[in-house]
Amino acid sequence: MTINNDWVTVLTILACGVATLLLRASFVIWHSKLSVPHWFTRSLKFVAAAVLPALVMPEVLFRGIPPGDVVNYYRIIAAVLALLVAWRTRHLFATLVVGMIALWLLQWLRPF
Amino acid sequence: MQPSRTAFYAGLRDQAPIILGMIPFGMIAGAAPVASGMDPWLALAMNVIIFAGAAQLATVSLMAQHVPLPVVVLTAMVVNLRFVMYSAALAPYFAKFSTPRKWLFSYLVTDHGFALLTAKYKADAAPELIAGYYSGLTFPMWVAWQSCAVLGILVGTRVPPSWSLDFTIPLVFLALVLPSLTTRAHWWAAGAASMVAIFTQSMPLKLGLVTAAAVGVVVGTLLDSLFEKQKANRGTTK
Repeated sequence: MTINNDWVTVLTILACGVATLLLRASFVIWHSKLSVPHWFTRSLKFVAAAVLPALVMPEVLFRGIPPGDVVNYYRIIAAVLALLVAWRTRHLFATLVVGMIALWLLQWLRPF
Repeated sequence: MQPSRTAFYAGLRDQAPIILGMIPFGMIAGAAPVASGMDPWLALAMNVIIFAGAAQLATVSLMAQHVPLPVVVLTAMVVNLRFVMYSAALAPYFAKFSTPRKWLFSYLVTDHGFALLTAKYKADAAPELIAGYYSGLTFPMWVAWQSCAVLGILVGTRVPPSWSLDFTIPLVFLALVLPSLTTRAHWWAAGAASMVAIFTQSMPLKLGLVTAAAVGVVVGTLLDSLFEKQKANRGTTK
């Protein structure tokens, strides 16, 4: 699926930009009127750990599914390999290279 | 030399190695939207307007799935919630600045800019040192981020869709999430969010993502306090 270059997309980008700026400015601008509750600080530690996998799953499993399949097996294999590299090396570039080359090889060879 | 200028050069020096590491991420932030069909100029505008890599990639991924605007904005906000913590920590640093400068410096907040500034100075340091150092850190980071995006856009418009450049989005997220999984509770949060994300895939308005993230955060937070209590109990019974 592709992105439509329409006013909805423009508006979405603007809204995301304004929201992001407000989050960044929040305490710098309104520090006297805001306070952070303890539960918020505690939960914030887990936002990255929860959001990033939730974003990864649909991209890996359900994007570009070949007709007749339920999930995209090539992307799953490439992602697992990339995950192993990310786990061993903690290196963004190495993760990208291994993941993309694995996907390209699978899409080119079509072993199954 | 003026102290503010010395601080500016110190900032320049400290951010230089980070810019090098930022190049692949910055290029993907430019390439992913055009690979998903976004107009190159709009992609560049997005890079300037949002100026937050993970949120940009999340936004692109959701817009390509035609997710409704409020859900996209909600997701971008969740991804960027950490900026609230940075903002709280930076408020005393920027307290003496004019309001326009506060807004400018807020816009320029990044993970690395925040980490380097708070490591180098305490909040009660001279404002001109803070301003100098922070400018030295963040101005080149901003320019580098936009330049990498332009490069990425040029690459992204020339690469055919069969190369699946959009797959770089989950790969970046995989590389970003692993360093954040520091405790058992973090692994449980990630696992719970992943499972929920799979089973809520068909939820209306693509709300599965927000649901999965919320479940992950709740699981992580509850287990965190549970593990803490267990640890405390073991300590007292010994």
